[in-house]
Amino acid sequence: MSSEQHWIDVCSTDDLQPDSGICALIENKQVAIFYMPKEQAVFAINNYDPFGNANVLSRGLIGDINGIPMVSSPLYKQHFNLLTGECLEDESVCVEAYAIRIENGRVEVSI
Amino acid sequence: MSKKQTLVVIGNGMVGHNFLVNLMASEIKDQYEVVTFCEEPRAAYDRVHLTEYFSGKTAEDLSMVEEGFFENNDITIHLGDKASAIDLQKKWVTSEKGLSINYDKLVLATGSYAFVPPIPGHDRENCLVYRTIEDLEAITAASKNSKIGAVVGGGLLGLEAAKALKDLDLKTNVIQFSPRLMSAQLDDGGAKMLADKIEALGVTVLASKNTLEIVDGDSCQHKMIFADGTELETDIVLFSTGIRPRDEIARSCGLKIGGRGGIVIDDQCKTSDPDIYAIGECAVWNDQVFGLVAPGYSMARTVVADLADEQASFTGADMSTKLKLNGVDVASIGDAHANTPGSMVYTYQNGAEGIYKRIVVSEDGKKLLGSVLVGDASGYGTLLQYCLNGIELPENPDALILPHRSDESVGLGPDALPDSAQICSCYDVSKGQVCSAIENGCTNIASLKSSTQAATGCGGCAALLKSVLDCELEKSGIAVNTDICEHFPHTRQDLYNIVMVEDIKTFDDLLDKHGSGGRGCEVCKQAVGSILASYWNDYILEKNHLSLQDTNDTFLANMQKDGTYSVVPRMTGGEVSPDMLIALGKVAKKYNLYTKVTGGQRIDLFGARVDQLPLIWEELIAAGFESGHAYGKSLRTVKSCVGSTWCRFGVADSVGLAVELENRYKGLRAPHKIKFAVSGCTRECAEAQGKDIGVIATEDGWNLYVCGNGGMKPRHADLFATNLDKETLIKYIDRVLIFYVRSADRLQRTSVWMENMEGGLDYLKSVVIDDKLGICDKLEQQMQHVVDTYQCEWKTTIEDESKLKRFRHFVNSDNTDEKILFVEERGQIRPANEEEHQHMKIAEEA
Ligand code: SRM
Ligand SMILES: Cc1cc2nc3c(=O)[nH]c(=O)nc-3n(C[C@H](O)[C@H](O)[C@H](O)COP(=O)(O)OP(=O)(O)OC[C@H]3O[C@@H](n4cnc5c(N)ncnc54)[C@H](O)[C@@H]3O)c2cc1C
Ligand code: SF4
Ligand code: FES
Repeated sequence: MSSEQHWIDVCSTDDLQPDSGICALIENKQVAIFYMPKEQAVFAINNYDPFGNANVLSRGLIGDINGIPMVSSPLYKQHFNLLTGECLEDESVCVEAYAIRIENGRVEVSI
Repeated sequence: MSKKQTLVVIGNGMVGHNFLVNLMASEIKDQYEVVTFCEEPRAAYDRVHLTEYFSGKTAEDLSMVEEGFFENNDITIHLGDKASAIDLQKKWVTSEKGLSINYDKLVLATGSYAFVPPIPGHDRENCLVYRTIEDLEAITAASKNSKIGAVVGGGLLGLEAAKALKDLDLKTNVIQFSPRLMSAQLDDGGAKMLADKIEALGVTVLASKNTLEIVDGDSCQHKMIFADGTELETDIVLFSTGIRPRDEIARSCGLKIGGRGGIVIDDQCKTSDPDIYAIGECAVWNDQVFGLVAPGYSMARTVVADLADEQASFTGADMSTKLKLNGVDVASIGDAHANTPGSMVYTYQNGAEGIYKRIVVSEDGKKLLGSVLVGDASGYGTLLQYCLNGIELPENPDALILPHRSDESVGLGPDALPDSAQICSCYDVSKGQVCSAIENGCTNIASLKSSTQAATGCGGCAALLKSVLDCELEKSGIAVNTDICEHFPHTRQDLYNIVMVEDIKTFDDLLDKHGSGGRGCEVCKQAVGSILASYWNDYILEKNHLSLQDTNDTFLANMQKDGTYSVVPRMTGGEVSPDMLIALGKVAKKYNLYTKVTGGQRIDLFGARVDQLPLIWEELIAAGFESGHAYGKSLRTVKSCVGSTWCRFGVADSVGLAVELENRYKGLRAPHKIKFAVSGCTRECAEAQGKDIGVIATEDGWNLYVCGNGGMKPRHADLFATNLDKETLIKYIDRVLIFYVRSADRLQRTSVWMENMEGGLDYLKSVVIDDKLGICDKLEQQMQHVVDTYQCEWKTTIEDESKLKRFRHFVNSDNTDEKILFVEERGQIRPANEEEHQHMKIAEEA
């Protein structure tokens, strides 16, 4: 992993939706960003649902399954691991996951 | 190719039809040209459940014929034509309508007829029997001008008929020749207890009465005169004095007939002519006639196997039975009268609770031979299995019928049954078959029923089936775990009660207090979201609830395959004015939306991007539209037919009522979607009987139907109450719906909810109509709260800046999703397919 990560400013923490998702356009990529206020955790994965072939993951319901934070696709309900982008139902499918952090009230993502 | 043989089946009753179904499922189906004669005006129907005709089941509901069965299998059925003669030498069958058919094989399934004793006056008007749909129609017609009814015969059928007369509001008497009721099955003790229970239903039992004559009555149409000098005035006489095999056609062609009637058959169900079989109630095997459907089905299977040259024998059948009367538990198993030499009897009698139980045990005390249960037949399944499978009895067999005194367990766990144990005798389903269906994924009763047919006949095996299911699920670790998901060790109903009792208003609060840790998932979040919404009826995009909603609810629209949404404004009752239509058309045109009339009598606009939703709704709301809740597990539509306002047949204003109902219940959140319809007369153009709540106008008010649906597994709604005034109608609907909202499982439609409810429709009636649980007031109050707090969610949303923030595709850009592309088809847009996407991409790059 490169020692110097390139962080891109995305939005204010006020733009985050508690226990839910939003979508950002970062370097021409659609990035789904999720926020769990209780844990103060943020997650970023690609917004493209490889099963439904549509840019919709940011609009899925989030939570955890066996302790793994996940989003459930709004189209056909597959679950994706928010940390790694892996699909919980089908090991061969994985969406990109990105580094994300909160700095001074701003949300930053590294692609 | 060899020429097909002709197989003729005389009689399309329960058994004759079962034979055809088995034959068509077998490998030899193509060897025969099949022809069947059906004397009745309609093909086979479920005689076992005939009585349900009185509680609203129609002839179609009772039909046993799958749609297209005869056509798809190339079977010729001659409806309403009776086979009148057989020529054994020439192998001809001739019919009353003049057909002659040359058969290779012949199957007689002519059933039996209701025997009427030759008492003088037995053929007077309104002296009827109880066997066919036509009989029931005659009884209904006669009951219209009658006050008193008498059933002659106190056997299983007679009691069922008596209850039916009682339910037709007649003062009903059962007249029994012998001193005890159900004399074929019960002993004295049991019969006495049964008589008390029958009297408690409001039916008078007159035992030891020998009817001498029926003559003109003084206050009623008839007077029955008994041998002991007493008399009874009655308007209807219903004979239920046994059945006799219909062997007339066999008798006249010279087939061998039993001493007491019936067509004699051997173990392969062959008659004295090797090309002729007889099955069902017309047959006599080993001097025995079987008046139940299961032995008939077993004969039908034997004949199919014999035709296929497989080894098969009919070896007699178990005659254990249960009475089908709600609230009166009576069952008889095996040798109930202790006729087996050396057998021993144990009896338990509890006068206070009206319970009588008796078991008959073999000489060595090891095997159960028979049993009689009155007042509490809960042990029927266990005892029947002991008896049928020869399972060794516990050391103290009386423990099986004594009330549980200690923690000793006497119930026979389904685990103790061998795989060969027959669970359902009607359809001959073994425990092994049930288990393999469970292994293949049937994890509830409904799916087990449809995949194995078990418990779809008389229903007597339902409890046992359930316990096998529970036991197997538990063993396989699926456990009879009714927890909603890993985050809550509760069922949906538990969670509902917790929310109600503890006044819980948010998901987090519920998760903190009652969850098992974690953050929740789409299952519990949506379920709790729905519970909170139906109980508190807050705005669902409220901060605390927003994350609980599925995407459709979050964006108040249904997501389509390409990530765009549909927009469905409410059109109550399907009514829409030209101005509103124009307004809708303008919006659709402005945003270039694909426009379609839905199956729910309203208009759907497709292809709206998430950022367009608020703009579209702002215009729709300005034009007077409201959210149609097409996205919610909530009330969808109330369909209507045009009704008396315009239609020459309508007897009431169905559109008016539909609009009123839709406005009352709009916004109600439920475990699944809810649909209504209102028809203005029995022609039923609104298809109300296919809805969760259906209402049909009658001359005297409204008939209410409940728990129907279309969809994957269509179910006709059940008639719930008749001729209601509007106020009562709305009361009942309030109660049914809130009771459903409270007690159903997640994603359970009303049909499945009711089918899984112990006691089913009758129980639901007792809760809603008789207020058995004393909760009707509460149910109504809660509905009133929902009605009073209704809001159009779209209106609330567009008025709140902070809520609108969500309706952008990107949080940091005004761009839209480039993956959303449309092409034109039939003058409107549709989503581009993959190929078209590629095409456009190339075009753009070039
Ligand atoms: C739009 C419409 C089809 C149409 O173009 O006509 C439709 C469209 C959908 N139906 Fe339907 N159903 C539509 C009338 C029906 C009807 C007919 C009716 O209501 O009289 C039925 C059968 C009647 C019934 O429900 O009992 C029907 C039975 C279903 C079912 C099966 C339900 C069941 O119990 O088996 C589903 C699946 C489900 O809900 O789980 C379903 C689900 C769906 C979903 C929500 C599937 C989905 O998740 O995307 C579709 C949403 C499309 C959308 O964005 O609006 N739809 N659907 C109809 C909308 C009616 C309306 O105005 O609200
Ligand atoms: C109200 C009621 C409740 C019952 N409850 C139960 C129960 O709980 N459990 C149980 O096991 N059993 C029950 N039974 C009995 C069960 O219905 C019968 O055992 C079953 O119907 C027998 O089937 P089958 O085909 O032999 O005779 P049926 O069903 O009577 O069919 C015979 C058919 O053949 C037709 N037919 C006769 N002669 C001719 C001819 N020459 N040409 C053409 N067609 C002809 C008849 O019209 C009839 O349609 C009940 C019966 C009734 C009436
Ligand atoms: S029938 Fe199937 S395809 Fe048609 S609208 Fe309903 S869910 Fe969609
Ligand atoms: S035993 Fe009659 S339905 Fe199963």
